[in-house]
Amino acid sequence: MSNLMTNYYEAAAVILFGIGFMNLLLAKNLIKKFIGLNIMDTAVYLFLAAKGYITARAAPIIAQGTAARVEDYINPVPSGLVLTGIVVSVSVTAFSLALVQRLYKHYGSLDLDEIMKKAKKEEKV
Amino acid sequence: MINEKKEKSKWQHFVDWVNGEEAIERPKKISLQKINKKKLIILIRKYIWSRRKKTALHLIMCTFACMVFIGILLHTVSTLPYFGGSTNPASNEVVERYIESGVEETGASNIVTAMILEYRAFDTFGESCILFLAVICVVMLLKKDAAEETEEEKAFDQEEENVILKKVANILTPLLFLFGCYVILNGHISPGGGFSGGAIMGAGLILYACVNGQKSVQRFFTYKTFLRINVISLLAYGILKGYSFFAGANHLPDVIPKGTGWDLLSGGLILPLNICVGMIVMCTVYGFYALFTKGDI
Repeated sequence: MSNLMTNYYEAAAVILFGIGFMNLLLAKNLIKKFIGLNIMDTAVYLFLAAKGYITARAAPIIAQGTAARVEDYINPVPSGLVLTGIVVSVSVTAFSLALVQRLYKHYGSLDLDEIMKKAKKEEKV
Repeated sequence: MINEKKEKSKWQHFVDWVNGEEAIERPKKISLQKINKKKLIILIRKYIWSRRKKTALHLIMCTFACMVFIGILLHTVSTLPYFGGSTNPASNEVVERYIESGVEETGASNIVTAMILEYRAFDTFGESCILFLAVICVVMLLKKDAAEETEEEKAFDQEEENVILKKVANILTPLLFLFGCYVILNGHISPGGGFSGGAIMGAGLILYACVNGQKSVQRFFTYKTFLRINVISLLAYGILKGYSFFAGANHLPDVIPKGTGWDLLSGGLILPLNICVGMIVMCTVYGFYALFTKGDI
């Protein structure tokens, strides 16, 4: 458990992930659900960025006139992965929000339960 | 019919339920009306499973499940290697190779850009394709004809009436574009790159559209230009990177000059690829804004 105090970035990321997951499960409003999904995404970025960090090292941009040594720079791979994550989360959020907008225009509500009720009624008719 | 149903075995019920022919079997209420206690239990059960109680139960179960989930993950975190340690398993020989020979092999001093646009360029190609797909999906879902414009949508075409806001925004927009271009063009020698620069330029377009109305953006950025920029950028990315991958895999001589490091014109294909990615991101960011507000680009 003492590791939890040194790994506090990862711990915070994991707790944020749980909060986002709970929001995704509990929120009735569809837009709030996707806010929860975005919180989960953000937690993953924090986790990846924390995994790539190395104490007392610079960002991986080689300074001019110096030899490129591994001992001077942090791990660049998680930074690239975070970039991929951001792009995917933006795309998924935009697509799902477009679907939500269509749902709202059709059913006049953002509440998932109400939408399901109305959809069931429509199915019967 | 009722007899028939009774004759069915539990397994048959299950098969029917899987096939969607039968609703799930509820446990039959025990008809023990003689004993009041049993009646009471049924009543209580009914009360517990009433709708309001169901949501409460749902809430408690969800919270419990999430707590367990967080607990498991926290336990995992406590066994992870130390934060910021230099001997973490993540910083292995791959990282050493990227950093120590990155400038020499790619000509870009920003190792992250060198990684995403040279070593792992097809990953970034996939990202650009995902962005393109997302914006095309949003176009499919939200784009509508100009004929059925409502009052609310027409409001997005009107100019902003606040003079201060308008003046400041009109001064800021070209500066935002300039900064976006700077970030894109210097992506391989300083922090930044196609994604961040494209997002800045898209923000500039959004600001312009907010203040001057979306009609004024359509003077230079219509649906046709949007599609053309997107498709040409994607094709250019695919062809350029495809060429360098094929040439490299077949041991052909590298004809693309790498340039001297830390110059603006260095890094071989990284600069044109950055421009392609920047254009795609700019179109996508503005496309999302325009489609979500007015439903038309």
